[in-house]
Amino acid sequence: MRYLPLTDADRKQMLGVIGAKSIDELFADVPKGALLKDLVDLPKAQGEIEVHRHLQALAEKNTPAGRTAFFLGGGAYRHHVPATVDHIIQRSEFLTAYTPYQPEIAQGTLQALYEFQSQVAALLNMEVSNASMYDGSTACAEAAMMAARVTKRKKIVFSGGVHPHYVETARTACEALGLEIVALPAAVDDEAAVTNELSADVAAVIVQSPNVFGTVTDLSKIGEAANAQGALMVATFTECLAFGLIEPGGAYGADIVCGEGQSVGNALNFGGPYVGLFAVKEKYVRQMPGRVAGETVDADGQRGFVLTLSTREQHIRREKATSNICTNSGLCQLAWTIHMTLLGEKGLRQLAQLNHEKAIALADALADVRGVEVLTKRFFNEIAVRTAKPAQGIVDALAQKGVIAGVAMSRLDPSAGMDDVLITCATEMNTDDDIAAYAKALKEALA
Amino acid sequence: MTMRYTKDHEWVRLDGDVATVGITAYAAEQLGDVVYAELPAVGKSFNQGDDMAVVESAKTASDVYAPISGEVVEANAEITGENWQIINEAPQAGGWFVKLKAADKGQIDALMDEAAYADYVKGL
Amino acid sequence: MKPETTSGNRGLLQAEPLIFETGGADNTGVDLPAPKGENRLGVLQRKAALDLPGLSEPETMRHFVRLSQKNYAIDLGLFPLGSCTMKHNPRLNERAARFEGFADLHPLQPVSTVQGALELMDELAHWLCTMTGMPAVALSPKAGAHGEFCGMLAIKAALDARGEGHRKRVLVPSSAHGTNPATAAACGFSVDEVPGTDDGRVDIGALKAKLGPDVAAVMVTNPNTCGLFERDVKTIADLIHEAGGYFYCDGANYNAIVGRVRPGDLGVDAMHINLHKTFSTPHGGGGPGAGPTVLSAALAPFAPVPHIVKHAGVRELREHAAGTQAFGRMCAFHGQMGMFTRALTYMLSHGSDGLRQVAEDAVLNANYLLARLKPHFNAPFGDGPCMHEVLLDDSSIKPKGVETIDMAKALLDEGYHPFTTYFPLVVHGAMLIEPTETEPKRELDRFADVMIALAERANAGEVEFFKQAPRLAPLRRLDDTRAARQPKLRWRRGDNNPGAMRAAE
Repeated sequence: MRYLPLTDADRKQMLGVIGAKSIDELFADVPKGALLKDLVDLPKAQGEIEVHRHLQALAEKNTPAGRTAFFLGGGAYRHHVPATVDHIIQRSEFLTAYTPYQPEIAQGTLQALYEFQSQVAALLNMEVSNASMYDGSTACAEAAMMAARVTKRKKIVFSGGVHPHYVETARTACEALGLEIVALPAAVDDEAAVTNELSADVAAVIVQSPNVFGTVTDLSKIGEAANAQGALMVATFTECLAFGLIEPGGAYGADIVCGEGQSVGNALNFGGPYVGLFAVKEKYVRQMPGRVAGETVDADGQRGFVLTLSTREQHIRREKATSNICTNSGLCQLAWTIHMTLLGEKGLRQLAQLNHEKAIALADALADVRGVEVLTKRFFNEIAVRTAKPAQGIVDALAQKGVIAGVAMSRLDPSAGMDDVLITCATEMNTDDDIAAYAKALKEALA
Repeated sequence: MTMRYTKDHEWVRLDGDVATVGITAYAAEQLGDVVYAELPAVGKSFNQGDDMAVVESAKTASDVYAPISGEVVEANAEITGENWQIINEAPQAGGWFVKLKAADKGQIDALMDEAAYADYVKGL
Repeated sequence: MKPETTSGNRGLLQAEPLIFETGGADNTGVDLPAPKGENRLGVLQRKAALDLPGLSEPETMRHFVRLSQKNYAIDLGLFPLGSCTMKHNPRLNERAARFEGFADLHPLQPVSTVQGALELMDELAHWLCTMTGMPAVALSPKAGAHGEFCGMLAIKAALDARGEGHRKRVLVPSSAHGTNPATAAACGFSVDEVPGTDDGRVDIGALKAKLGPDVAAVMVTNPNTCGLFERDVKTIADLIHEAGGYFYCDGANYNAIVGRVRPGDLGVDAMHINLHKTFSTPHGGGGPGAGPTVLSAALAPFAPVPHIVKHAGVRELREHAAGTQAFGRMCAFHGQMGMFTRALTYMLSHGSDGLRQVAEDAVLNANYLLARLKPHFNAPFGDGPCMHEVLLDDSSIKPKGVETIDMAKALLDEGYHPFTTYFPLVVHGAMLIEPTETEPKRELDRFADVMIALAERANAGEVEFFKQAPRLAPLRRLDDTRAARQPKLRWRRGDNNPGAMRAAE
């Protein structure tokens, strides 16, 4: 087997040094009967050619986004990732390194983490960022739990604009801890409802901008109301690229800003791995989940970086840790940092602007289709539209014509009573022809 | 009033009704350089043995338990002012953690005296 | 002190500033179409500068390549980090994960357009269930600790369904990974620690004494963190089941028994599988991992959404818990698809025969190192065979003034990533060495020779040699205390390079 260097002669010689007659002697502690004598009933080893063929055949049963006119967002976005990014993250020294527990020989990973944290803090207009979480949804759940720790309160209020999967992920985690989740009804814009829900027993109000319907919201009123009640404002997001064009939660006084970073540096990958961004006000840093890199010096006074504040973490604090999380999203985080370095402020703003312009073109094209009403008034690159027929049927019909129209709200949340709402987005990847093809197909489907 | 000690390496010294509490020199040495400590707010009450404070070095964190029951009347401003070094430099003097209004002074008598604590540490 | 150079470089090692110290707001490494400037956001637009530096493509490439060269990696040499399983990462796996048909798929595409992806997930599930002898698997957990969370939530849901939500206590051996008690606490359970025996296993007597009607589960790592197989694992399973609780097995060390032992035969109710350990998806400097969690028949109905269901031969997704017994949702989408692809590629390459050989060679390599090192170090449980990792401690060298941390730092100068230090916590000064099956015998011998030579230097009292280490690594020992006392977690405009400051003093 090509991945196993030992030869039978090696094995025999090594058993001799150990003083064992057979390999089974080394498994002597396994209860009798539990040590398998036969192979499990699965195919035997195959060479690279056969395995490649098998995986390729599976891949070819799918329709890749790039082979369609693609307008699907809803928490994951199709953007261009420069070739440089994938080359660098495949370097052995990044790909096959472990968590930087020995900082003297892990400065590459650590400095990149420090740069990532600095970039995230700048992008989100926050004081401190951690070294990343699994994805946006788990970051949002961690934010809810952190808010409960900080405020010592138990009620978490979710705006009806938060991605339903984020709400469900947080609900699963929070209810296990005995926290109460109040999820407001799905709404394209519910600023007033959120403000009304705030009371002195609320730990956090969680809002999303741009929200799941694409609506961009000025969060300052909600932030003030939360502040007045001693609750934290958590601003979450699914499209981090938006902050090249719109103000992030940090600009509105959010205590925690967290969400999905996939848009920068990372492919769609059918949902994972992605990279969760998580930033907080400095005063909450010791309640923050996840690992974090910090600056220090070595014995010669040279600048270096280490993982720090680790006494919050599970390997030291065990059941009193701020989270059970043990990893970050290393390579995805690195990809994010590389792509953000390539963009810089100039490229980021330009890319964000391009996305917005594509979305304007899409919104205008769809608005011209009879039976379509654009619901989202202020948007970045995603909008919700009401369709004269159930949205799921439209998505299915258009897929047959090579147009991935978006996601039906009924798929994200069947209980929302929004069967006629379709969520659709445009990015720099969409051409004018794509948009024309979409409008045409939609017109036919609604005719 | 002399110091008394717990098996969890806290010390306590009674002065009238008020008990000053800290961690022992042995504990401070085992912990290494303190990088952070979290003290309870004034007015908070504890039962003997409750988690009361946390003290951390770069690689470990230890809970500090209330050696006796009582209400916090003062937290050491040196520590809340982030002068962590004082815990290493003078753990049983300027590096005290809190002052408690003792609920039951009798609890102190049951703790180890200096000789008993020294024997206890030797056995670890 | 290292020799000074004018450039700050040292041969192939290039000194490299932060991007914030070299990049600028007007520099960029991308060429995009010029926007028209149309905008419908009004006052919501971002106004102030972000202070995000950009670099041209060549500068970006050089920056990150220079950084990369300050990292140790499994592709450079033996990475014997116990409990972490640093084995070779085959590049075929990387290629497969990047096939357009997997990488360029959106998780919410119509299911008719992603049948191959669902088939791959089903095939992976079949391999995982068959290898472990378990009836079901939840694929969505995103890492090992997330898998623990999934398994413990399934246990909680099963208890609630039985009307036994009052069971709040979880028994966790003292040798457990920190994630176990942290996970139990995150599920709202209280943690009750079970001591170990003198031979490094769970103390069955103590476990029995702690069982009761309020016990929800026991969490046992097997093989355990001391690198030993829990001989009484079936008794543990029987005891917890008789007491009405469930058996959570931490599968972090499953790589030692893959293909040779099925956890399902041992009475396990739930076990996460770290695809980045046993099935060799890359560790990537700290992730992303993946933690599919196999479940017994008793727990399977409570598996989280989304998961695949088959209707008339067509795969569909169940995405909502309402109306089912599913305990909820672990994350926004389907889990770490990119890792599923890599892990399945690895499994198909090895096959049932190769995977069995993986476990055998991992155990053989560890026992070979144990045999070679035992005469020179204290091996606290070294009387019998170990599984995939060797546990030593510093008790023989500590009286000379050399501790585990010093051995680790001396290994850096020898060109090795050290073993895991000070874990498991039950052994003072632990050195946990995991060579994995992908090391040839000559690498093991070379490493053993180095370890033995270091032991001899320690025994000879060469304390300064150790305390000064590392001398040859890109940096010397870093000041953790300074980092934690005054946390500096990001660059800010106006920052100075403290190294440069020191030099100027």
